[in-house]
Amino acid sequence: MSLRRARADAEPNADALRRDALAERVALFGLSLPALVLVIVTMVIPVAWLFWLSFLGDDGSVSLINYQRLIRQPSYARIFLATFEISALTTAICVLLGYPLAYVLSQLPPRLANLCMIGVLMPFWTSILVRTYAWLVLLQRHGLVNDWGIRLGLWNQPLTLVHNFGGTLIGLVHIMLPFLILPVYASMRAIDRVYLKAAANLGASPVHVFWRVFFPLSLPGLLAGMLIVFILCLGSYVTPEMLGGGRVIMVANAIATDIQLFFNWGAASALGVVLLVLTSAILYAASRLIRLNRIFGGHGP
Amino acid sequence: MSWFADPGWETQVRHRSRIWLYLLAAAVMAFLVVPTLIVIPMSFSASQFLEFPPRHWSLRWYVSFFDSTSWLQAAATSLKAAFLTALVATPLGTTAAYGLFVSRLRWTKLAVPILLTPIVVPVILIAIGVFYAYVKLKLVNTLVGLVLADSMLAVPLVVMVVTSALKSYDMNQEMVARSLGASRPRAFLLVTLPQIRFAVLTAAVLSFLTAFDEVVVAMFISGGDNSTLTRNMFNALRDQVDPTIAAISTIMIVISSLLLALSQILGRSR
Repeated sequence: MSLRRARADAEPNADALRRDALAERVALFGLSLPALVLVIVTMVIPVAWLFWLSFLGDDGSVSLINYQRLIRQPSYARIFLATFEISALTTAICVLLGYPLAYVLSQLPPRLANLCMIGVLMPFWTSILVRTYAWLVLLQRHGLVNDWGIRLGLWNQPLTLVHNFGGTLIGLVHIMLPFLILPVYASMRAIDRVYLKAAANLGASPVHVFWRVFFPLSLPGLLAGMLIVFILCLGSYVTPEMLGGGRVIMVANAIATDIQLFFNWGAASALGVVLLVLTSAILYAASRLIRLNRIFGGHGP
Repeated sequence: MSWFADPGWETQVRHRSRIWLYLLAAAVMAFLVVPTLIVIPMSFSASQFLEFPPRHWSLRWYVSFFDSTSWLQAAATSLKAAFLTALVATPLGTTAAYGLFVSRLRWTKLAVPILLTPIVVPVILIAIGVFYAYVKLKLVNTLVGLVLADSMLAVPLVVMVVTSALKSYDMNQEMVARSLGASRPRAFLLVTLPQIRFAVLTAAVLSFLTAFDEVVVAMFISGGDNSTLTRNMFNALRDQVDPTIAAISTIMIVISSLLLALSQILGRSR
């Protein structure tokens, strides 16, 4: 008598039970189908379609003409360069401003820190348009900043603070800062203070304790925050469109212009594909360095 | 001021010798909060130009908003789209999160990333993709199209919020209910759902806000009678800084703050 028969005799319902369990798991999986169909129909298929469009030439045949144009026309290289430049600068400024704030917040008593976190999180529940509008109002020629700057004698002529590179940068930093602060703050809160005491006890100066013990322990959160900020910057559209005054053209703005002004789906799709591939490549490279679930699972509401 | 001379936290550095750090943190905090809040008093200005502090107070920009049919229609569209999105995305995302969490079939490893792609793909690419599809499906400028697109953008948030709630929930409770004779849907509705209701509510609020604040996709697929508030604001701001928008911004800030506060209060009072 084979082993299988023996088991079947001992547990006569085993196969049926296993089939039942499998059927139930398939049924449970089925619960996700409506959401899956929605995302696939309204996003995955359309974006796949764009991939296909980007490989069609002007006459509708398969060709690489759209990508060749991307490489040949120096204006596209400039757009990508500007996009990377703005994203890198925004990330750097966010680190310089956000890390110290997160550091102070992580040392406040929990009640006070939570109160401050409401302020940090406020941008999450105010529309990006409202915030960009606020900057437009503050930074315009006769806006609040120019007004007060002149009144306080800091400068004489109204400065051009918006509709340019600087204005875009200010707006982007304002929008991206919370995305940096949240993971940094979370990782700082998780640091066991015993390490710091131990280091001090062993004779390390405060500066040493910070750079040799505290900073390395907060690094995973910092890297995660920088990654999110950089990726989000690469695809930003609203801020450069409104605060850049047509002088700051990032990839997303070029895509929109290609569609709205020139109806050039091939060029827009090719740009979009390059943007998506770059974003995915950066995410993939980073996921090998830091655990991605820290980013996407790190901050629940 | 003995506190001031004390070492801060476990750093051995006295508070007064790192006062620069506190000043910097306060400045960054102000940078985060003040620009948004300053719009609120400015919206009550009587002047043609936005000034702070306003020399004379008035409600003229609110009057100009409520007198304008195009702004009101856009606001109605945005509210409708946001409400319907919460109604569509929340059950879809919740059932998906539950099904995938419990099923543990090999396919879930593929399904979860697909459900989360809308937050990874640059939104401009989603926008032109949806626009292209909607031109073919004749859904451009329709409320149905708007709600479907907004729901797609909101589903990943619902899935993330509900999944994280399920992770801290003890599934054995559902098993107990079923061993006592409840069917799986009954066990879910009577035992699991009441315990993750705060997460579901939060997810609904997030879906509402996602749709209400969405700009880029709406730029391409909404228009005419079904043009959203954000789309109209975006177009108006390209031309000039219209103070009516300060009033609209204030209304939007109040709506979102109230919604989030409400969801927090309801969540605490259990």
